[in-house]
Parts: sequence; C-alpha cells; structure tokens
Amino acid sequence: MRIFRFQQAINFMRFKWPALMLSALLVLGSLGLLAVKGINWGLDFTGGTVIEAGFSQSADLSQIRTVLAESGYPDAVVQYFGSSQDVAIRIAPRDGVEQSRISNEIMAALAKTSDSQIEMRRIEFVGPSVGAELREQGGLAMLVALLGILLYVGMRFEWRLSLGAVLALGHDVIITLGLFSLLQLEFDLTVLAAILALIGYSINDTIVVFDRIRESFRKLRDSTPEETVNDAVTSTLNRTVVTSLTTIIVLIVLFTMGGALIHNFATALLFGIAIGTYSSVFVASGIAVQLGLNREDMLPPPPPEKEGEGTEPLL
Amino acid sequence: MLNQNPLWRYLLVVGVLLLALVYAMPNLYPEDPALNINATRGGAVSETTRQQLEQSFVSAGITPKAVTLEAGQVLARFASAEDQLRARQVATELLGNVNYVTALNLVPTTPDWLAAIGASPMKLGLDLRGGVHFLMAVDMKAALDKNINDLTQAFRADLREARVRYRSVTADTERGQVQILLRSAEDVAAARAALARLDREYVFTDGAAEFSLNVSLSENRIREIREYALNQNITIIRNRVNEIGVAEPLVQRQGADRIIVQLPGVQDPAQAKEILGATATLEFRLVDDQGDLAAALNGRLPPGSSLYYDRNGQPYLLENRIMLTGEHITNASSSYDEYGQPQVNISLDAQGGNQLSQATRDSIGRRMATVFIEYKPGEELQADGTPVLIKQEEVINAATIQARLGRSFRITGIGNPAEAQNLALLLRAGALIAPTQIIEERTIGPSLGQENIDLGMTAIMWGMVVVLVFMVIYYKVFGLIANVALVANLVLIVGIMSMIPGATLTLPGMAGIVLTVGMAVDANVLIFERIREELAEGRSVQQAIHQGYDRAFATIADSNITTLLVALILFGIGTGPVKGFAITLAIGILTSIFTAVVGTRLLVNLFWGGRRVQSLPM
Repeated sequence: MRIFRFQQAINFMRFKWPALMLSALLVLGSLGLLAVKGINWGLDFTGGTVIEAGFSQSADLSQIRTVLAESGYPDAVVQYFGSSQDVAIRIAPRDGVEQSRISNEIMAALAKTSDSQIEMRRIEFVGPSVGAELREQGGLAMLVALLGILLYVGMRFEWRLSLGAVLALGHDVIITLGLFSLLQLEFDLTVLAAILALIGYSINDTIVVFDRIRESFRKLRDSTPEETVNDAVTSTLNRTVVTSLTTIIVLIVLFTMGGALIHNFATALLFGIAIGTYSSVFVASGIAVQLGLNREDMLPPPPPEKEGEGTEPLL
Repeated sequence: MLNQNPLWRYLLVVGVLLLALVYAMPNLYPEDPALNINATRGGAVSETTRQQLEQSFVSAGITPKAVTLEAGQVLARFASAEDQLRARQVATELLGNVNYVTALNLVPTTPDWLAAIGASPMKLGLDLRGGVHFLMAVDMKAALDKNINDLTQAFRADLREARVRYRSVTADTERGQVQILLRSAEDVAAARAALARLDREYVFTDGAAEFSLNVSLSENRIREIREYALNQNITIIRNRVNEIGVAEPLVQRQGADRIIVQLPGVQDPAQAKEILGATATLEFRLVDDQGDLAAALNGRLPPGSSLYYDRNGQPYLLENRIMLTGEHITNASSSYDEYGQPQVNISLDAQGGNQLSQATRDSIGRRMATVFIEYKPGEELQADGTPVLIKQEEVINAATIQARLGRSFRITGIGNPAEAQNLALLLRAGALIAPTQIIEERTIGPSLGQENIDLGMTAIMWGMVVVLVFMVIYYKVFGLIANVALVANLVLIVGIMSMIPGATLTLPGMAGIVLTVGMAVDANVLIFERIREELAEGRSVQQAIHQGYDRAFATIADSNITTLLVALILFGIGTGPVKGFAITLAIGILTSIFTAVVGTRLLVNLFWGGRRVQSLPM
C-alpha cells in the first residue's frame, strides 16, 4: 500500500509564495493574538495554588464558592476538572506570610461544604518567585534549543538550510502558541515540554527533507534549485506523511485516553505536529531557496565522511 | 554475498534484548503494601519486638505475608492496603509513637533470582505513586544578618580587650557590614590591626564618616556561611523526615539555597508541613543534685526543678532556670581530645558566651544537662485542620562543668565517636540559623496516582495497537518486522529505565513513551520508503535492501541527533515531571535507532538476504 505514487516530482515550489504568505499571515496573526490576548499562563508560571478535590457525589460549585468566600477566598476560581465529582480550585498568589498554608485552610473549608467524603487528589503550590524562574528557564530552554539546532544544521548542511529550518521551527512554535492564546488554553510546564518535543519532532522532519535535498543536488546536475527541492520533497513525501500519521494517531489516543492532566500536552503536540509537517514541506525549503540556495553551495559535498557511508553499520 | 550477517551479530542483538527483558521483568510483579517500623534516633528494633508485632497482628486478625527484621528495622508485608492500614494502627498501639516510627510503604515482590542480579522495577515519580514534593528555600539573608549581628557583639568585646576605645559599633545588615566609629586616626589603625589579627577573612574599608571603619566578610567567608546554613537545614530536615515515617524519603540540595524534599506515600501534606516547619531548640540547664530524685519520681518535685528523661528512659532532675538557649550556638563539631577520646566542640556568639560565663561562674563541679526540644504533631487537630504540636523534651547529654565556660567550650566524656557526632548534629539542629520557607508544593493523592498509572498504561497500550495495525496494513510483512522492532523497543525502554538508578517514570514520561512509539516507526518508515524507491529505480532486491539501509542511516542519524539535542536541553532545564519526559524521550530515540537500524536489518537479511528473491512483500 502507498499513499502517494508519483511519476514525476510535484512542483511544490510553485506554491512557495502562497505558502510563505500564508505562513507569514499565520505568524503575524499569532503574534497579534499573543500581544492582545496573551497566554493563559498556568500555575507553574504565575505562582499560586491549585487544589483538586474528589467528591463522592456531584459537587455543588456555587456552594463551594460561597464557603470559600466565607473563609476568606472570594477570588478562588472553582471549576470542574474532568468530571462533576472532581473540582479544581485555583487561588492566585497573595501577599500573605505563609502561602503554603493556604491549601490546609482550603481543605478544611471544603470539608464543611458537604457530608460526602472529600478526598484530596492534588495540591500544587508554586511561589511567585519560582513561577518567574520557571518562565525564564522555559524561555531560555526554547532559545537554547533553537540556537543549538541552528548551529548543528549549519555545521552539517549549510547556513541557508539552517536558517530555513530554524525559521520554520519558530513558525511552528509561534503558531502553536497562537492557538493556545486563541483558545485560552492553560500553558503549564507539560505544555512547555510539548513545545520542546515539537521542536525536536519538527526538526527531525525538516532534516529528513534537507538530507534529501543535498542528495538530489548531487544527483540532478542540470536542474534548477527549485526543481531539485521539488524532487527531494516529493520523494520524501510518503515518509513525511506516514510518520506524521502514526504520530498523530498516537497523539489522538493520548488526547482521548491520557486523562485531564495531559490534555493540553497532547493538544499542543497534535496541533504543532500538523503545522510542523506543513512547514517542513513548504516553509523550511521555501525559505532556503529564497535565500539563494544553489548547487554550488552544496558541492563539493561538505565532509568527505558522510555519516554511515564507508563505515560498517553499527553492528 | 550481499545482506548476510555473521551469527554473532544475531546472538548479540538477541542477547541485548534478553538482557533488557530480564531487567524489565520485575515490573510485572505487583508491589506489596507494607509497613516499615524503625526505632527513632538511630536505635535498632530487636527480634523480640518483631515477634511481638507479628503476634499482635495475628491476634488482631491480620495475616501478614511476612514480618522480617532487616538492617535494624521491621518490614511487614500485607496482602491488601486495608490490612496495611489496620496493621499500622495495631503497631502504633503496641509500640507508641515516641520511640518507634511506623511508615507505610510499597515494596517490590521481585523474585529472589531477579533481585540477585540487581534487577528491580522502575521507580515511579510522585505523580504516579502519590506523595508530597516540597521545594524549600533557605533564607540566606537571615543567616548573613545573624552573622553580622554576632560580629558586632564580638567586636565590642574584642576592641575592649585590645584596649581600643571606640565611639560605637553598629551592625549595618543592609550592606552586610559592621560600622565602627572611633575617635582618632590612631584608634582606627589600632582597631584595624587588632581585628585583623583575629580573623584574616575580615575585609576593611574606610567609612564615610570621620575616623570610622567598615568591616565586612570576604566572599570566601560568605560562601562558607551560606554553605553552612544550607547543610544545617538539610541535616535538620533529614532528621525530621525520618520522624514522619516515610519509607523512601528524598532530601536533596538544589542550587545554592534550595532543598528538595520528596515524601512518597505521605497522604497528609498538612502534617508534613508542620513537621518540616517546626523548630527544634536546645536548652542548657543545671542538674539539681540536691533534690531527691526518688521522691521526684514519686511525684514530689523539689521547688524550682523538674523531671526530664533521656533516650534510654533514665530520669534527671533539672533546675527550671535556663542557663543558655540553643540559638546562641554558632557551631558544633565532633573531634577527639588529647587522649583520643571523642568530644564535641561548641562555639557560642558573644552574648551567649557572656551568659554562659555568668551562669557557670559559681557552678564549677556541678553537672550541666543539654535538653533537646522538638515538636511533633499529635493525633488531635486544630480548627484549621493542622495537627496540634506536642512538645517533646529529651536530655541528650549531662556533663560536669570543669571550669568557667566562655564563647567556646567542649563536652568530653562521651561514649563513642558516633555518639559525639550525633550530639554535634543535634546541637547544630537546635541552633537553626536560617529559617526555611516552602516555595513550591506538589502533592498527589494516592488514588490520583493509581489513576494516572492506569491512564498512562491504557494510552501506551492503545497507541501501540493502533500503530501496529497501521504498519501491517501499510507495509505488509515488512510492517510485521517493524512491529517486532517496536515491541522490542518498548521492552528496551522499560529495561533501561529499570536499570538506570536515577531514572523515574512520571506521567509525562509515560506520554514520552507513547510519543516514542509513534516516532519510533519513523526510522523504519525511512528505510522501507528508501527500499521501495531503490526498487522503483530498477535495482535488484538485494541491492535495494543494502542501499536502502545504508542511505537511510545517514538521514536517521542526522535527524535523531537533533531530537536528542532537544531532549538533553529538556533534561537540563526541566524539573521533576518534565525531566521524566526528557529521559524517556532520549532513551526512546536511542533504542529506536538500535532496533530499526540494527534489529530489523538483521531480520530482513535473515528472511530475504543473500537469496534469489524477485520481489519483496511490502
């Protein structure tokens, strides 16, 4: 079975401009959203307290709100979490002395709300200073990852490809963040991990195409750069689609069965990988071609020892 | 001939897989709910206690799976969590909770032959096991401030002793220095010379005012103070955590001023917080030698004295007047005296030195007892749900005062070096110089932990099934081969995770495994697509296989190295759960390269390599 059978290369580069325009539009739109609506930062980054409590019967949210307001927490955000027997209570950081005591008081207050058994399922408290640190570290990690990739691809391939790859990655990340801003999904540490995993996945995808571009430049001696890129993208298209498909299927499983705690993690990856697949086909190589990628840059083959060639396989 | 491999390669790959399989096996055995019963303060539980425990379990109608004595602690295994909880009550009733600590635990039931080769199940993160995670910050400012204040007092005494007349000596904690105002330039020079002789780590700068001198501490000394404050807190927290009764606690330093505390299985974070936050103090009191101890034991206390006990239950009659409290202790360490006997050296701040000097002036020849006071949460609860703290006092040492004591003195006549070390540790613990604050808490209830495990397992299982089916449909027989590699990959991941001592499985880690399952087929997809292309270009089957693998390898290596790079960055910056994700992702990438590039090539070669084959079933 094959998804695509091509007799000749598809002219992907014909769509170079429309694709780049579309991407630019999406990126600008996302940046606009981020500027206007911002990101719904989760507890990890803002600091504060989240308490998840399990009730043996359906919980009465308004009653819980009243009790909490009486106990001195009128600003508590009370929501169902996963089911109606599961309640998440969020409390913004406050300038009290003993922040870590808040959870004790909330649990004690909750015990008054109903006769049914209340079970502490999860308490998370993050101090404001820790939140700020995590935010800094997260941003730093993303930059370091992109920089590392820029260097590695620049070294292994060529700076135009390297720049194309990193711009495409930035594109994936920004648009995914845009989605989170648009839907106001909570952005916590697991989502950050998902974004970094997305960078890893997307670069993987792009490298496979680039590797082929390099090979095609050597093979097709009389073609224009655009034709060469078309050839490379076409011949890797099956692989790109199959891998994205298996990964997406698995992520759908994770999304539906993984539970509420990793819902946003799965969402970020699911959306990001779809965008990433598109960008490694249209955006990354499109930018490289536009930057003036040509045969001469790829020849002579950079290092004589192409990895794996001439050497015995691992075993 | 092309595409044939020597036998040893097959044996090697099979060997690696078998090894991983063996080390992955302990994960198949369920864990037993168990109780750990420890004696407090480094004591050991005796065989008699073990027998008593076993008998009282049986008479309470609980049949333990086993009650064993290992390394000075009793381990009792039970069939169900219900038995475990009831047994805990029985044990607490029997032993009380002063001298013994009972901790709930889950112990692996790894068969002996597996345990003998060091195989053990994967360690589960707190989000899967349930438990409490605290990040505590040590207030370094407080430690440094205290130091500056101590110095200020000390300088006054030092200058007086050196006969340097000063106008004032004040602490400037804002700038971390002591300001000394003097009367003349000569005095400034004299003060400088006198103080510099005492400690080379003082840094002198001229003050803004006339005839003034600022003294601050060198970078070195400040670092020492910070280290000391951090280590002291870690020691204290370790001690307290042991009191809570946690089977496998983790107390670890993080960065310059943070401490991570992980208490698996603790279900009541309020209690844990109380214990970690409670302060231990020390008091020095004179032993009342005039009073009648026997009468006091019968309830007739002499006026001005009270009864205290030491760890072994020996009674002491101590005066109510406190000679000195522990907050004045600046350091305590154990060493040996000139006769090679263990001793504990204690340093006090200037105020403490004066107090003790006053108090011991007329008490030479009498005994001085050191009382350690700690607060433990009791059974009763306060209105806000936190347990009421019970004060516990214990005499840790009583020594004869040989001379008038000053800022530094020593306690000799201690039984053995271990005891001296323990005493020094308790003395330091009673003199906490830098308070801590919980700045992050993550508590997962036990039921949520189990739920997370179940969710993760179903996700992994269904993810696998879907991908397996897809591969067979898409690549037919070759799909089957890729599937073998995928399953082998999962075994390898679990095996390696179980082998690496520091690796813990977390919920995001499980998500990482699911993701790896999706991505692991990528290497095989690359190879198979390449083989198809080579075939389409008209190469022979053997050449197509050979070229397909070789050419795909460069791509696989390049693309996975970049992903690995990202995983390493994630590991570097991530905390707990995210680190777990990074670990499984990194391991998954490595194992998938191995299984896809090496494993399936061997299989493909085994079936089709070196034969006259016209077409491939793909």
